[in-house]
Amino acid sequence: MTSARTSGVTDPVTEDGEDAPDLLKDGPQEEMAGQPAKPFGIMGWLRWCWRQLTSMRTALVLLFLLAVASVPGSMLPQNGTDPVKVQQYIGQHPLLGPLLNRLSFFDVFAAPWFAAIYLLLFTSLAGCVLPRAFRLAVSAQAKPPAAPRHPARLPFGTAYRTALDPPEALAAATGLLSGKGFRLRAGGGWVSAEKGYLRETGNLLFHIALLALLAAIGLGAVFGYKADILLTEGDGFANTVAAYDQYHPGRAVAPGDLQPFTVWLDRFDASYVQSGPLRGEPSSFAASLRYQAQPSGPMRRYDLQVNHPLNVDGAKVYLIGHGYAPQFRIIDGHGHVALQQAVPFLPTGDTADTSEGVIKVPDAQPEQLGFIGVFLPTEVAFGGQLSSAFPAALHPAVSLVSYAGNLGLDAGPPQSVYQLQTSGMRRLPIAPQPLFPGQSIKLPNGAGTVTFTGYRQWISLQVTYDPGRVPALISAIVAIFGLLVSFLVRRRRLFVRVRPAGASADGVAGDGVAGGGVAGDGVAGGGVAGGGAEVEFGGLARSDVAGGFEEEFAALTEALRAAHGGAQPAAPGPPVAPDESAMTSEDRK
Amino acid sequence: MPVNLGMARLSDHLLLLTVVIYSLAMLAFAGELAYGRRRTGAAASQQEPELALAGSAAVGGPAALRGGQPASAGSGGQAPPPAQGAGGGQSRGGAADAAADQAVPAGLWVRAALALTAVGLATHVVGIVTRGLAAHRIPWGNMYEFVTAITCGAVLVFLVLVLRYRAYFLGLFVMVPVVLGLGLCATVLYTAAGPLMPALHSYWIAIHVTAAIISTGIFMVAATTTVMYLFAERSAARVAAGVAAGGIMRRLPEAQVLDRLAYRTVVFGFPIWTFAIIAGAIWADQAWGRYWGWDPKETWAFITWVAYACFLHARATAGWRGRKAAVVQLVAFGCLIFNLIGVNLWVTGLHSYAGIS
Repeated sequence: MTSARTSGVTDPVTEDGEDAPDLLKDGPQEEMAGQPAKPFGIMGWLRWCWRQLTSMRTALVLLFLLAVASVPGSMLPQNGTDPVKVQQYIGQHPLLGPLLNRLSFFDVFAAPWFAAIYLLLFTSLAGCVLPRAFRLAVSAQAKPPAAPRHPARLPFGTAYRTALDPPEALAAATGLLSGKGFRLRAGGGWVSAEKGYLRETGNLLFHIALLALLAAIGLGAVFGYKADILLTEGDGFANTVAAYDQYHPGRAVAPGDLQPFTVWLDRFDASYVQSGPLRGEPSSFAASLRYQAQPSGPMRRYDLQVNHPLNVDGAKVYLIGHGYAPQFRIIDGHGHVALQQAVPFLPTGDTADTSEGVIKVPDAQPEQLGFIGVFLPTEVAFGGQLSSAFPAALHPAVSLVSYAGNLGLDAGPPQSVYQLQTSGMRRLPIAPQPLFPGQSIKLPNGAGTVTFTGYRQWISLQVTYDPGRVPALISAIVAIFGLLVSFLVRRRRLFVRVRPAGASADGVAGDGVAGGGVAGDGVAGGGVAGGGAEVEFGGLARSDVAGGFEEEFAALTEALRAAHGGAQPAAPGPPVAPDESAMTSEDRK
Repeated sequence: MPVNLGMARLSDHLLLLTVVIYSLAMLAFAGELAYGRRRTGAAASQQEPELALAGSAAVGGPAALRGGQPASAGSGGQAPPPAQGAGGGQSRGGAADAAADQAVPAGLWVRAALALTAVGLATHVVGIVTRGLAAHRIPWGNMYEFVTAITCGAVLVFLVLVLRYRAYFLGLFVMVPVVLGLGLCATVLYTAAGPLMPALHSYWIAIHVTAAIISTGIFMVAATTTVMYLFAERSAARVAAGVAAGGIMRRLPEAQVLDRLAYRTVVFGFPIWTFAIIAGAIWADQAWGRYWGWDPKETWAFITWVAYACFLHARATAGWRGRKAAVVQLVAFGCLIFNLIGVNLWVTGLHSYAGIS
């Protein structure tokens, strides 16, 4: 219950942190949680709650909850992406639908309970990251602990004899480790070295970047906006609230904040696979735009494609859909042109782009006219049934059902332009038949004439402005960088202890510690009087996630031996029974 | 440009051939488990290569984790030959053991299985490349191509683990899902070569989908290892309770070795998965006007990411290590697979690229 419990961020990469020997502990500053329990007052309870919230276990549970809470967001239709489907779902499930709606299950990612989970999680994270960053700052200035009495007993350890005098041997070891960038602490006859603080830095960086990412998302939600518009070939629009079919501003966005650009659509081109099993699949979409960044600015051209949005002063214009807008000229019963325009039809979703739409003619006299129509890009008659065989307009045709009466536009609730309210109208007795460009139908009883004059294409555009986009990207890059650092860097400590040859009375032969087998290979240790020194070199790694400390230790051993003048292979056997107190004891003098 | 039909047919045939070769490799790996040399008692680490996974965490752990050490103890106190470099018989690190392992040749079954796997990988890679040449594009545009590439990634990761950790024992358990996946490709998922839909016309497909494929391949091997771990762990518990270990279990490495290998594999895959999500977000920003929109695919990628993060944290939390963490990892892998298959086939969203209906 010491350092591990304080941490939502506790080191997912610390392997078996509990088993790590004391040598890896950073000293008293990590032992704070071990304070004796005080009687609980209100502050005590608050502190207890805070500790619970910032504990690893709570963070883990919150992470789980976050994952589980996301699931309905992918299984149920969501208002943010498909409000029509949500209404359908509620209609189809009269009992469950309204209940789910009340519980925000159709707006999962904006639901209060979802926000509660991630805000708690991020609070837990912040409550853990900040103290840890502080501790890292402190420990980064601290020196490594003193060497244990017998470094060779560490998980990685070796011992050998050198011809150098002890001070020379120690100086050589110090020089070697210092040259490798280790932080050093020296004492009488020993030197400790430590490296790898970057690992914890990377870990903290990763978690701080996640907090920054959340902040960037919030920034975009408050100061950004999103708008949709349907634009027919030949038309244009200005970036104003009034122009849009849908407009979703952030909380702090005023209508005057919109970038003052104007866009015109000259042409839209779609191409499709002509043959083979994928016949009819789209292969490219391109829209030729002209735009002005300011009303008085120069006119520029842009070839808008999927994946290639137009960027105007930070606002981005995306091509997100396309369809057909058949053109009609409708002459009413009085002989006047009541309508002459292209009417956008919506794709029904089949692969051949069959589209449906309605034409409303409120200006028609003596009665208003309305039509429900189907547009077939490539008309084929198959068994008396009209259908489209290909999404490109190779053989375009429309088929209309005609109504006359009152469109109901002057009273009642607002209507969709894609739906005809037929309650005030009567169907005219004329059978639907395919019309090809240039062809007309005469409505019965002299109600008028409808001419299908041709078609245009329309595109749907999405305009978004998200000032949080770049901060979010930077946070994401920092996060992945921090993650890599925390996985790749290992924190490790090395210890060298040097004694005059023959002086170590307490370290001959024997089994050594767990894992044993320190090759008591028969070479007599100790007992050889005279010059030279006995060197013990040991090390351990705290978080060797990616592996490789063994190789590093082997290389360092070799380098150290070389620095010690290619020491004799002979070495005193490693010491007797493990001496736990030795692990942290100061050098005895 | 029209599809090069000859090339497309070549690709189809090569991938079928790959399934056949992998199946043979699978049989050879099974043969190794059935008839190969046994790992028994103290001699185990001499006969069968152990994982040279020694590291910091081996602190105080069972000696067997460190490779050859117990063998030397069991063979009359003879020191193992000193490794070059580390020198001296006292280096307790794994480097010496890894070197010692190299003196032990792999069995005939293993060598045959690995040779078959390598040949299969070659035809697999060529099959994918010819598919790309046939359609004049990077060959990850639909489910068929994803699964083909993911299985290729899994085999590649397995061979890397064999080279690095001598993890032959994974062979059968990796090959079974690979063969099943490729078999599914040849039957249910098959889609003829063709151009990409316009939404995929971006160089980000090379970045985002490649990262997703590689990380899925890595996670697949990790999940396989974890399933083995769960079996080994249960077997160890039974042995401790006095029940004899099952036949196959005696040929598998210890539970802890499997656990560590699975963990390292996840650690390798997690940053790549994170990168895949970020690259996907950048692409989504280019294509759809927002970098994150809770599209079902995005949602499940997020769920998967959170679940793997849970695993990494669980493994560092007392009381969650071992079996529980392993289950968390399998749940995370389940999310990943659901995202690959379930979301593509049953949930409508912007990522509807399965290419089958």
